[in-house]
Amino acid sequence: MNEPVFQIEGLTKNFGKNEVLKGINLTVNKGEVVSIIGASGSGKSTFLRCLNLLEQPTGGQILYHGEDITAVGFNVNEYRTKVGMVFQQFNLFNNMSVLKNCVIGQQKVLKRTKEEAEKVALYYLEKVGMAQYRDAKPRQLSGGQKQRVAIARSLSMDCEVILFDEPTSALDPEMVGEVLLVMKDLSKSGLTMLVVTHEMQFAKDVSSRVIFMDGGVVAEDDAPEVIFNNPSNPRTQEFLFRVLNKDI
Amino acid sequence: MNFFNEVIKIIVDYHGMLLEGLGYTMLIALIGTVVGLLIGIIIGIVRTIPKSKSAFVRVIQKIVDVILTVYIEVFRGTPMMVQAMVIYWGYAFASGGNTLPLIPAGLFIVSINTGAYMAEIVRGGIISIDKGQFEGAQSVGMNHFQTMFHVVIPQAIRNILPSVSNEFVINIKDTSVLNVIGVMELFWQATKIQTMNYQIFQIYVIISVMYFIMTFTVTRILRLFEKLLDGKNTYVIHGSQSDPNAEIKITEEAHG
Ligand SMILES: Nc1ncnc2c1ncn2[C@@H]1O[C@H](COP(=O)(O)OP(=O)(O)O)[C@@H](O)[C@H]1O
Ligand SMILES: [Mg+2]
Repeated sequence: MNEPVFQIEGLTKNFGKNEVLKGINLTVNKGEVVSIIGASGSGKSTFLRCLNLLEQPTGGQILYHGEDITAVGFNVNEYRTKVGMVFQQFNLFNNMSVLKNCVIGQQKVLKRTKEEAEKVALYYLEKVGMAQYRDAKPRQLSGGQKQRVAIARSLSMDCEVILFDEPTSALDPEMVGEVLLVMKDLSKSGLTMLVVTHEMQFAKDVSSRVIFMDGGVVAEDDAPEVIFNNPSNPRTQEFLFRVLNKDI
Repeated sequence: MNFFNEVIKIIVDYHGMLLEGLGYTMLIALIGTVVGLLIGIIIGIVRTIPKSKSAFVRVIQKIVDVILTVYIEVFRGTPMMVQAMVIYWGYAFASGGNTLPLIPAGLFIVSINTGAYMAEIVRGGIISIDKGQFEGAQSVGMNHFQTMFHVVIPQAIRNILPSVSNEFVINIKDTSVLNVIGVMELFWQATKIQTMNYQIFQIYVIISVMYFIMTFTVTRILRLFEKLLDGKNTYVIHGSQSDPNAEIKITEEAHG
């Protein structure tokens, strides 16, 4: 079970003079569901974006199954089919139907036939409860529905990992639940998940591990019970006090 | 009414020439616009290729970018009538007196001129597409060309369609400058008819009306085409709670 998917060492990222990631060390094992929490601006999104190379890391190393993803000649596009991403703003293809959104990557990148790709897409659309809407365009869907389609789009690539960057932050409150429910189901399927989230209940109940990021480093990394009940880092305590008391 | 009789007589006597001119004008304007748009799209795709990690490739990218910029600036910064003369007589000069066949020459000139304008229009269209669309495509492993071809360009084209249609209308009118090299478009036909019957005012009123009919029709057709591209505002939901084979048609609400 302890097969590492990611081994991240000393990962840094600068935007000009702004050092956003200051040396991240982290190992993620297969099937783990890791919640990443932390204050706004602490570098959570930048970290996820470095993981699938939407941002080019400045320094350090990211190994995916032992392979350096920043090495020259590394096949980034093939890698991205295995490490999917779900964005805060969904980023569904606006010019395509729900079905086509889940089919196009399979056809063009994985070179599957249309029939094969549609079968896979419908399977996952069914799973997220969106198969009925296969003919709708993104603009015809609610935020929660869009996000479920975005999850199906990643799953349709038969990915091994999905990176979620605040998947419910752009949603109206009444739609958060439906997306979290889908993610909770996925967490039991063996998919490796890294989830940047402000949903503390989700982090507590669903994840196998919680990471608290602060000022561009991993400040604490532990089981959810420990992070939420007995955090060792005072910064973690402070952060949790702030976000948890907001809900009361 | 002398004027109307003269106009009718011109139409009756010279309808062959007028129609031939109209045909060439439409042909050159249409093909010039389509080819120009293709040039613009290709330039748009090339110019947005991400900077390579390899220094050598980056130098090539820079050189290509400079060449494209020069092309765009030169063709936008000089009159098409002058471009027509330079290209047509430049070819004759370089080939030692051979001249280009007229219609292909006209097509070439209008296409390459339109391409320079379209490049800027397409660039604007690409910039207007949300960065999330690129990232969504990258996140499923699409490369730059797949991203542009399947996701970005289709949306960009929809957004720039009003400008493209405007270029088409401009081309219908501006093919008239090709008469300087003798392309048999509508204006050139008018200059020929004029040497035969000297009723200059009447002739040019006729071709004014003809130009207007062309531009007006094209504008309307393209507006219809825009609506068509927007697609249906309905979609079908497959299956309901009580009946898995139900097909429920939903009509989108108009957005404010
Ligand atoms: N593309 C970028 N260019 C410049 N600065 C950026 C960019 N993306 C993020 N940053 C900066 O990096 C810091 C961390 O941002 P981010 O990773 O989005 O934090 P979080 O997701 O934890 O809120 C912020 O100060 C932000 O301004
Ligand atoms: Mg963020």
